[in-house]
Amino acid sequence: MTFTRRQVFGLSAGAAAFVAFAPGLSFAATDKTDAAIKEFTGGATPAEGTVSLDTPEIAENGNTVPVGVSVDSPMTADNYVESVLILADGNPNPLVATFHFTAMSGVAEAKTRIRLAKTQDVIAVAKMNDGSTYIDRKEVKVTIGGCGG
Amino acid sequence: MADPKPRVKVPKKASKGEVITIKTLISHPMESGQRKDKEGNLVPRQIINKFTCEFDGQVVFTCDMDPAVSANPYLEFNAKVEESGTFKFTWVDDDGSVYETENKIAVE
Repeated sequence: MTFTRRQVFGLSAGAAAFVAFAPGLSFAATDKTDAAIKEFTGGATPAEGTVSLDTPEIAENGNTVPVGVSVDSPMTADNYVESVLILADGNPNPLVATFHFTAMSGVAEAKTRIRLAKTQDVIAVAKMNDGSTYIDRKEVKVTIGGCGG
Repeated sequence: MADPKPRVKVPKKASKGEVITIKTLISHPMESGQRKDKEGNLVPRQIINKFTCEFDGQVVFTCDMDPAVSANPYLEFNAKVEESGTFKFTWVDDDGSVYETENKIAVE
């Protein structure tokens, strides 16, 4: 038997992925996502605010979804954003990209285009040079899933 | 696969201390390793996993990429320029290939 693309997602994402879409659990994340955030923050729970995600509410094509992130920071030599982790909670592998900024970046803003397998939360976690971390998340409704062929 | 072509948009001129926006795009399939071909075999992963932007040898911005980045990966970011110099952009492929391009900027 041959698997369709959607069946493959179901298998590889596993049961954990469905937990995140249970109603009323908008701030719950899959184990993989949680683990990725913990690894990035060194175990700390990131605070809300400071970092903001810019995503479309509805993405017609999950193969290329524009995603922007900006962090409120003066970006000086002793007060800047080190890195921002972008995660897609409902993808088979939630890791998307990590931006690393320096004081030479001027402002902590970056944009890229990502793949989303289905409707899900996109998450941004920012890490400052003093070690503090911040999180933002936005739901993106996906009409046609990406990641596949 | 054709050689990936990097495309970069950097302003030619800027004033001292200005924060400029840089846009980059490189043609690359970003094979996620999740996709199957017609025979049902997994297509092996091949993505660009790292991007770096340097200005006269100093790192401005880098990005680690995972398979969830779209084909023909696009990146837009900023740089604060204090003097004329050269931006160097580097993409690193899973197979070890490195794609590079450079852009000069004149700061008045």
